[in-house]
Amino acid sequence: MKRMMQWLALACALPLATPLWAQATGDLGVVIERATGSVLIVDQSEHAALRRVEGLGDLSHASLVYSPDQQFAYIFGRDGGLTKLDILSGEITTRIMQAGNSIGGAISDDGRLVAVSNYEPGGVRIFDADTLEMVADIPTGSKTIGLVDAPGRRFVFSLWDAGETWIVDMSGDVPQITRIPGMGDNPYDALITGDGRTYIAGLFGDDHLSALDLWQADPEPQKVLAGYAAGRADLPVYKMPHLEGWALAGTDFVLPAVGQHEVLWVDARTLMETGRTPTHGQPVFAMARPDGRHVWVNFAHPLNDTIQVLDTLTKEVIHEFKPGPGVLHMEFTSRGHEVWVSVRDAGRVMIYDTQSFEKIREIDAESPSGIFFTARAHKMGL
Amino acid sequence: MWLLLLASPAIAGEAGVDPAALERLVRQDCGSCHGLSLKGGLGPDIRPAALQHYDPDTLRAVILDGVPGTAMPPWRPLLSDAEAQWITAYLLTGESE
Repeated sequence: MKRMMQWLALACALPLATPLWAQATGDLGVVIERATGSVLIVDQSEHAALRRVEGLGDLSHASLVYSPDQQFAYIFGRDGGLTKLDILSGEITTRIMQAGNSIGGAISDDGRLVAVSNYEPGGVRIFDADTLEMVADIPTGSKTIGLVDAPGRRFVFSLWDAGETWIVDMSGDVPQITRIPGMGDNPYDALITGDGRTYIAGLFGDDHLSALDLWQADPEPQKVLAGYAAGRADLPVYKMPHLEGWALAGTDFVLPAVGQHEVLWVDARTLMETGRTPTHGQPVFAMARPDGRHVWVNFAHPLNDTIQVLDTLTKEVIHEFKPGPGVLHMEFTSRGHEVWVSVRDAGRVMIYDTQSFEKIREIDAESPSGIFFTARAHKMGL
Repeated sequence: MWLLLLASPAIAGEAGVDPAALERLVRQDCGSCHGLSLKGGLGPDIRPAALQHYDPDTLRAVILDGVPGTAMPPWRPLLSDAEAQWITAYLLTGESE
């Protein structure tokens, strides 16, 4: 008993601040506040913002990736800022300005390298994940988009101006670059499937998408959904769609069309079209719930107040609602029971039950955009 | 929301032009491609120095009718002539800085 009392006295004498090791990170997340250069660290289970971190520069169109231990977020700012944030302490560990205009990044499969996709200067730069010291500079002479990680310590990205995809192998002492021309005109974004095998680039300037089978020794572009808009007038695109790794719904990939108000379904194995679903507007994100049963879709300006939910089996819209003005992003919990929605102009993140579609909670946020849960740390291409 | 803002008499300006709503549109929606700070993204830099080669009528036409063969869409379905003119002046005169 005496020993226990001594132990208690010792425990009470520890600093009152919560020890870092007392909080696990598996149900945390980060919400970008795009207009104020700040982020919120959020707790998925508590439906709450834990703290705000400021001083991250221009975060319009910002995104982030997580370290394998889910303690650090690498935040890619629009202004070329790369910030390593400790989400346990809320402290900025390291912050550099690595380019003039940037569009996102990726972390290598081993968690040792962070790559950033740049518009200005056009190219990709790769940094040591511990120190943020640059380990490779890969100029492309083009704006780069669709940067993802791939197995074997590789990164894959595409060139907006040149219509090429480059594979950078960082497994050796020097980067080995494979250039794949002929992807099509103006690739605007790309995704890699969760198994790391298929890279799909969306094209603004061509009437198809292009896929690469990264399991092949010499991957060649394969047209997907060729001529999906043939014979139809292009509708104005007021915001480019996004492609993300949440594309697999059942046995199909679900992809936003460009210039047509529909989402497109293709068989994940054959890449042949399996259906189309007319939608409320130009889709921006078409995101499969983690189990693939439903697909949630948001839309470009001026129809960005609406979300539609599609049934994967029937490919029909089963639910439509208006969370508020400026729905920018949706993030599912890792098993998909809830979804967090950024509603920019309402200044709120809204949390919904994905079975009942009931709203569970709202969280105040300043012009929220991207929402990133830590489960991304363990998924390829995220 | 766009219609609501336009319809609000408290903030409506001349000829149905609502400067606050238009500035917001430029930042948030033009900003989807040109960046929130207008210094460029997938679309080019549209800060005043980068637009010096445009006369106002040409720039207004670009806004209303887009640039065929590029990602610049026509905004005529969403904007009136007067609104496009306001945005043109806003971009050229440096109020956007």
